[in-house]
Amino acid sequence: MIEINHLNVSYSTRSILKNISLRVKRGEIMALLGPNGSGKSTLIRALSGVVPASGSLCLDGRALSGLDPASRARLVAVVPQMASLPPAFTVLETVLLGRTPYLNFLGQLSANDHEIACSALAKVDALAFAERRVGELSGGEQQRVLLARALAQSTPVLLLDEPTTHLDLQHQIGLLELVRTLARQENLTVLIALHDLNLAARYADSVALIVGGEIKAQGSPAEVLRPDLLSSVYQWPVQVIQHPFQDTLLVLPEAR
Amino acid sequence: MSPKSTTPFLLSTIFLVLSVLLSIAIGAVFISPVDVWQTLTGQAANEIFRTIIVDIRLPRTALILLTGAALAGSGAAYQGLFRNPLADPYLIGVASGAGLGAVFAMSIQWPYSFFGMMAVPLAAFLAGLLTVALVYTVARVGNTVPTTNLILAGTVFSSFATALTSFLMLRSNGELRRAIGWLLGGVSIGGWAPVFALLPYAILGLIMLILSGHALNLLQFGDDQAQQMGLNVSRAKTIILIAASLTTAAAVAFAGIIGFVGLIVPHIVRLWWGGDYRRIIPLSIIGGAAALLLADVLARVAIAPQELPIGVVTALAGSPFFLWVLRRAKNQGYW
Repeated sequence: MIEINHLNVSYSTRSILKNISLRVKRGEIMALLGPNGSGKSTLIRALSGVVPASGSLCLDGRALSGLDPASRARLVAVVPQMASLPPAFTVLETVLLGRTPYLNFLGQLSANDHEIACSALAKVDALAFAERRVGELSGGEQQRVLLARALAQSTPVLLLDEPTTHLDLQHQIGLLELVRTLARQENLTVLIALHDLNLAARYADSVALIVGGEIKAQGSPAEVLRPDLLSSVYQWPVQVIQHPFQDTLLVLPEAR
Repeated sequence: MSPKSTTPFLLSTIFLVLSVLLSIAIGAVFISPVDVWQTLTGQAANEIFRTIIVDIRLPRTALILLTGAALAGSGAAYQGLFRNPLADPYLIGVASGAGLGAVFAMSIQWPYSFFGMMAVPLAAFLAGLLTVALVYTVARVGNTVPTTNLILAGTVFSSFATALTSFLMLRSNGELRRAIGWLLGGVSIGGWAPVFALLPYAILGLIMLILSGHALNLLQFGDDQAQQMGLNVSRAKTIILIAASLTTAAAVAFAGIIGFVGLIVPHIVRLWWGGDYRRIIPLSIIGGAAALLLADVLARVAIAPQELPIGVVTALAGSPFFLWVLRRAKNQGYW
């Protein structure tokens, strides 16, 4: 279980995240929702240690703050927003970089590292293009490679920063189905920053709504995805209805 | 990154061996590879050949080999560190800065003992490191270093350092004037002394660079991702910067300012054999040694019996190459 208590992040004098407290159990997915600039990505960066944060951050009772980058990377892996991947690396080379926190002091990869990288590629169904260069892949394939790289880190916690932003419908669903399966099978704690409220309703076990750097609401999707709350946060009238055939909510923006 | 192909290493090593043989064979007196071999193994008793080879050709070959290795290795490292295809010890001003340091050390008459000579690369190193720090500070925007900024800042600091160097040289007396030829990238201090003086710096720097391959790979993803994968980013960057500047300084201290080797060789390596820095660094080192030896042979024969400064040869070959890379980088940013 990951426990975040009173986490604060500020850049110089500007406060970006205020008093964030969250809990996510093993095997569960929490979606971080909120308008642009609300601090979702900053929270991901703070949890992975690349921006300094105050407050406490514990994994199964063990404090994460103060760990060196390698120790932290053995506990927390990040699937970044798909920006520009160095296109000259092959898929396997990219995924093997996920084994960095386990290298010996000479930086040598072992046969075991190769095995783990290949099994990570198999989990995301990318083994077929292991030897291709990343630059030749489609957006959906690149995103799977990034997920495989994070899986190769063999961490109990997986953070994803808006992983579906540049993907089409099929790949959005495919990726989140995969993440849910992995969370259940490997007993991972997953935090995922999302824009799409319907995807959050469908795949998240719990939801945290972040507005202006503060948690406005958290709980199950049904508790958080309320029409009054969402309408005020997104400043647009929305309706929330039960899906007619599935056990999930649908968030529908109204025509004004 | 996979332990696959050793072919690139085999090919570049063959290229290097051939270049070494050529470099020993060619000069005012041609000595055939057979004679070279027999002389070195003591089978032939030609004393003139022996003197030419052992006292002139071999130390020069060794110096050029180390210089080429150092410039190409550090060029590859700077390119990876700045994530910029045009970073080269010459273009980003490190070489000129190191040159200023070296000339300064010479002008206060350090190199009149062997230990004084050992100190020349050290002065070059400190001045080079200072220059790269200044260039980086001026050129960077956030955590990235845009190409234009890098080259402009490099040019500015390079010009400044070169001006100061000229000033020091003109104020000095006879001894240092020799350095004018040296500054154009001509090896003017003969014999084994400079080779031994730069050897420890070059070896140390090159080993550090070779061990930095994995960190350079991680840095290609940007600082955030590199740290999220477990790299201590600021420590890794500092080590690479020190290693690359040490290597550059070792080269500049006795072989002068030789441009473009650090640009051309890593590019060809990357083009042929991919983006893995654990291969790019050692292959650039081998390839740079071989390429500079060939440039030196050309410099010796082009207008014989006179000699061209080797920096002239590399600049003639390198400038068009630079333009080609610039165009390519503009069009695609290909790694």
